[in-house]
Amino acid sequence: MYGKGRIIPALIIFIGLMTAPMWYGSGDASKLPNPEKPKGYTECVEDTQYMRTSHMKVLNDWRDDILREGGARVATTANGTEYVRSLQNGCMKCHNNREKFCGECHKYASVNPYCWDCHLQPKEAM
Amino acid sequence: MRILNPLIAVLALVAVALMAAQVPGGQGLIGVVLPYLAFAIFLGGFAHRVKTWAKSPVPFRIPTTCGQANSLPWIKQNKLDCPSTKAGVIGRMLLEVFLFRSLFRNTRAEMHDGPKLVYGSSKSLWLFGLLFHYTFLVIVLRHLRLFMDPIPAFVGALEFGDGFMQIGVPVLYMTDAIFVGAITFLFLRRVVLPNIRYISLPADYFPLFLILGIAITGILMRYVLRVDIVSIKQLTHGLATFSPHVVGEIGSIFFVHVFLVCALMIYFPFSKLMHAGGVFMSPTRNMMNNSRMVRHINPWNDPNIKPHSYEHYEDEFREFMKEAGLPVDKE
Repeated sequence: MYGKGRIIPALIIFIGLMTAPMWYGSGDASKLPNPEKPKGYTECVEDTQYMRTSHMKVLNDWRDDILREGGARVATTANGTEYVRSLQNGCMKCHNNREKFCGECHKYASVNPYCWDCHLQPKEAM
Repeated sequence: MRILNPLIAVLALVAVALMAAQVPGGQGLIGVVLPYLAFAIFLGGFAHRVKTWAKSPVPFRIPTTCGQANSLPWIKQNKLDCPSTKAGVIGRMLLEVFLFRSLFRNTRAEMHDGPKLVYGSSKSLWLFGLLFHYTFLVIVLRHLRLFMDPIPAFVGALEFGDGFMQIGVPVLYMTDAIFVGAITFLFLRRVVLPNIRYISLPADYFPLFLILGIAITGILMRYVLRVDIVSIKQLTHGLATFSPHVVGEIGSIFFVHVFLVCALMIYFPFSKLMHAGGVFMSPTRNMMNNSRMVRHINPWNDPNIKPHSYEHYEDEFREFMKEAGLPVDKE
């Protein structure tokens, strides 16, 4: 092998960079986000799995429907419970702690939604 | 056929992944076993290829000279394009790796009436090649958020910059759009230009289709079908910390994406994609053009074989040369 002195260190650096997540203090994989469930409510506007994957689409659809199409503010869940289609007055009514509910998973997955650029938490508003 | 076969191969990979994701145990196979296997093949194969290149001797100085070589003091040397020093070689290599200078020099030959051959500048390959590679890099770095905890600050910064336009929810990453555009260009270039189509092989189309497949499944997963990112991070973070397990409901699209990425990693060391390591190993780029300053001796020359000058040669064969009527210096 020619040029050992350069090639072997270069390969070690390459493999080191590629495996960075494995040796970098990647923490404990069993430490999971635990969003706080609202007390006294058992039903959300859609089923849990749908909310997990698509809550952002729900919010976006509400906005588009209400602001641009003149849609209704109030809707009912599958079980007939009435709710307000709104982040502050709907979602945050039950999930009233932004840090403990939204923040848990968003921080875990490095998601930084820009909801809070304009919206306020109910508590902050008061 | 050279286009169709690689396309069928990639579609077959997608079909296999879709089916495997439905079969019990299949998700564990694609989500846990295959990534480790593919990653090991990628790293091992990469190192192996570099090792085999390092074993081949390069007895001659063969740098590509794209400018004035070091010559008389009053002739200005092109220090980057014909480097005669180590610094020059490093400078040329860095600019090649980070800015693709050799593609920037790309020209296009056209035949006009006359007949007249005309050369023109052609920067599109350089531009789209550069866009493709840099957006791919950003996309790979952004994925670190799924493998690390805590997530390094630069990943957050990349995400912020990338989603700066705040289009839609989840925000559209600019790199996603540029990436797909650039691959599409690189593919169309091979199809539309007759001379490029003539020299394109299945090995050129396959990686393009595979990478396009990875991009499309990734984009579908983020913007259209949407998946449970927390379950996915549990799996991918588990992969990085050697404790992986498939939990929750992860959509099939995720397994197609991972399957294609694994296929790319396995394919990488055996394909032209190895130019990633090859550019550093290329003797035409990593050598100094100093053959007029330094005498380079072939390292495996037999020391017992002495130089044989023409004088000696003539002494040895004078009689035969005379007989054959060849002119000789000494009678």
